[in-house]
Amino acid sequence: MRRLADLYERLDQTTSTNAKVEALTRYFQEAPPEDAAWALYFLTGQKLKRLLTTKLLVGWTQELTGIPDWLFAEVYASVGDLAEVIALLLDNLERPSAPEELPLSLWLTQRLMPLRALDVTAQREQVVSWWRSMPRREVFLLNKMLTGELRVGVSSTLVVRALAKVAGLPAPDVAHRLMGTWTPSKEFFQQLVSPDVSDGHHSRPYPFYLASPLEQPPESLGDLSEWLVEWKWDGIRGQLIHRRGDVYLWSRGEELITDRFPEITDAAKALPEGTVLDGEVLAYEDGKPLPFARLQRRIGRQKLTPRVLAEAPAAFIAYDLLEQDGQDLRALPLRERRERLAALLKHHPAFPLSPAVEASSWEALAHTRSEARERNVEGFMLKRSSSAYLTGRKRGDWWKWKIDPFTVDAVLLYAHPGHGRRSSLYTDYTFAVWNGTDLLPVTKAYSGLTDEEIGRLDRWIRAHTREKFGPVRSVEPEQVFELHFEGIQKSPRHKSGVALRFPRIARWRTDKKPGDADSLDSLKELLHAGA
Amino acid sequence: MDASVSFQARRPLVTVTPHGLYCEPGGFHIDPWRPVERALITHAHGDHARSGHQRYLGTRAGEALLRRRVGADSHIDTLEYGESLKLGDVTVSFHPAGHVLGSAQVRLEHQGEVWVVSGDYKRAADPTCAPFEVVRCHTFITEATFGLPIFRWDDAREVAEDMLRWWDANRAVGRSAVLFCYALGKAQRILAELARLTDRTAFIHGALHGLVEAYRGAGVKMLPTQLVSEVEKGTSFAGALVLAPPSAGGSTWMRRFGEAETGFASGWMRVRGNRRRRGFDRGFVLSDHADWPALLRTVADTGAERVLTTHGSAEPLARYLREQGVDASPLATPFEGEAED
Ligand SMILES: [Zn+2]
Ligand SMILES: [Zn+2]
Repeated sequence: MRRLADLYERLDQTTSTNAKVEALTRYFQEAPPEDAAWALYFLTGQKLKRLLTTKLLVGWTQELTGIPDWLFAEVYASVGDLAEVIALLLDNLERPSAPEELPLSLWLTQRLMPLRALDVTAQREQVVSWWRSMPRREVFLLNKMLTGELRVGVSSTLVVRALAKVAGLPAPDVAHRLMGTWTPSKEFFQQLVSPDVSDGHHSRPYPFYLASPLEQPPESLGDLSEWLVEWKWDGIRGQLIHRRGDVYLWSRGEELITDRFPEITDAAKALPEGTVLDGEVLAYEDGKPLPFARLQRRIGRQKLTPRVLAEAPAAFIAYDLLEQDGQDLRALPLRERRERLAALLKHHPAFPLSPAVEASSWEALAHTRSEARERNVEGFMLKRSSSAYLTGRKRGDWWKWKIDPFTVDAVLLYAHPGHGRRSSLYTDYTFAVWNGTDLLPVTKAYSGLTDEEIGRLDRWIRAHTREKFGPVRSVEPEQVFELHFEGIQKSPRHKSGVALRFPRIARWRTDKKPGDADSLDSLKELLHAGA
Repeated sequence: MDASVSFQARRPLVTVTPHGLYCEPGGFHIDPWRPVERALITHAHGDHARSGHQRYLGTRAGEALLRRRVGADSHIDTLEYGESLKLGDVTVSFHPAGHVLGSAQVRLEHQGEVWVVSGDYKRAADPTCAPFEVVRCHTFITEATFGLPIFRWDDAREVAEDMLRWWDANRAVGRSAVLFCYALGKAQRILAELARLTDRTAFIHGALHGLVEAYRGAGVKMLPTQLVSEVEKGTSFAGALVLAPPSAGGSTWMRRFGEAETGFASGWMRVRGNRRRRGFDRGFVLSDHADWPALLRTVADTGAERVLTTHGSAEPLARYLREQGVDASPLATPFEGEAED
């Protein structure tokens, strides 16, 4: 545990990526493989199922510290992280026993996992004795594990880089081994960093190649004829695998979603064995994609009843062929992969080929882009025809050129304290638009302001509070913000009758008065704009 | 205090007016935020010492700093710590608050009733100023900047050792270590704490220079310092420790340090999110305010029958004290933002 706490602290205490990779590499080299496997489990964003309810942990903390409910709530509102609040409050405890060190894997397998089987009294006794014997930073990590929230703020690219260093292999090989499901064990970790590459389970997907947002003018990409242009589909990026008679559908989040889309996975059995497609899962009807909201209905359901399947029929639009006849094609140029893909799909009409968008010039293309919204797509994907299928977000060959977002000017109405990293500040806001002479809340948004603006707004909020409802403050309706969002849909659950998709703050419009904000009617007009 | 006399029924000796804390029988304000005739100043921080008052009364030890803040021509009278003066019907005296050089609590005595206005204070040792003195009183107006039970400070010497380790680690790889801290008080405290551990020269931002000199003038022992702006252009800062006010972060001023790690020394760094949000590599928990245990201890030590709280977490502190059987309430003052520390 101490070693993990050291690693956590080192990662937490630097903003330099090199220093992070260095710390990770050192950890993976020094830690016993069974511990490293568990650390990796957390580093790759996997979570333990919650071992104890937060209510129990909070209750025990209050008993130990004599902190009343209201004060605990107050402190939580200012810190925003439960594991941290508890660790900070327990810092006042006497710690009679000297900290004893137990390896991470034993912590998990011999202490934490067995907790579930104990009754509450025994659980309390265990947890409290650990609290009393550990330094604060380890109490913090322990709490994170108990609540199933342990996450380390480090990107998987850096983790893979460090593992590749340890294994002495190219990063993509290690990334590939990390894909799919695995259990943290000594064997797994040893195999992961083993230089022997003749391995691999047939369910394993390839690491996705991700496009970068296009920020420069498209003309700077050179000759249009060297690029494949496709619509940017608004669905779930996925990899469809048919190997040795089994079908697997993976989402980009490395989640196995085979069972969620039976119509796709059934059809995939007809594909030749040793086929891997990269594409997009879409709600799809009569040869046309449906809005993302339709697909969302499908994702949210526990049970896939025939009604749900009929309401949101899904299809897999293919745009790349990563494996054919069991051969890894990723090194081939896109042009050739696509030719093979088109030839293959001719015999499998269940899988539409993501069409190439033809245009004579970048300018003509920009014009076509304005159709994107009506087509329920997010913009264009620009892929260099000569590009290999790389790993992760490598800039240069694949770009996403999104349509401009919708905008609305709205008035700040409520402020909420932030959670997680944003503590002690009002960072989450509710915005309103005019409905007749009333301001009606339409959306929450929190991202988009600079830290300096957040600080300034926080001070303004505190000085212009009308009422407090628990941690929430209503403020004087004076500040206008330009919000950007990606879509709008009808929503009977919201008082305004509409819900915005991906709202974020584009600008603080200090030049505008509340009267300049938009109305609900003008917002509703966008409903018909194909959002 | 002698509990046989109760002053609860009387008019309060200190009230909040639009100009700030006001003592009517004495005819003066304490740390007023709008211009007044006679201002008693607890210490030279900007939220306590404002310019524009006709006459100031402060401590002898804090005079130089106060003058820097409110202007050299200001009319400033001073008292030694413990020396008393009669203003109107009220006897006033200043007592060390342990916050920064020259900082004071104000003791007011009127017809046998004693009030103490704490100003900002801390109980932890600080080589740059006189230690906090407990003053018994009937009513204690206490600051509550860090009035939540999550705030608890480690020994400043240990924090300084951490800072030195951080400096050394950066030095070993040829990086500079830029440590942000408030210009008045914190910077000098860090330089003084580090002076116990090393005698290497630290570089300082221009905003710190005059204040560091004022502290030296008062006899405070600190690391030798050199102004960043006096270093010849193009000289490498590799391995250097640089102290700067937080406002210098993210400015072009930072570019000259090349590869640098940043740190921030403040009580706010106790909470991880505060550091991460502001993008510092390291947070050093070092505060010039009382932490939660110190606030509770001080309230008890003064023997006050009544406690009024201001600054920061005034409401939770007052409520907690009430639940512990202390007659406490928050003193309504305008919100001034997250206190500098
Ligand atoms: Zn102060
Ligand atoms: Zn203050």
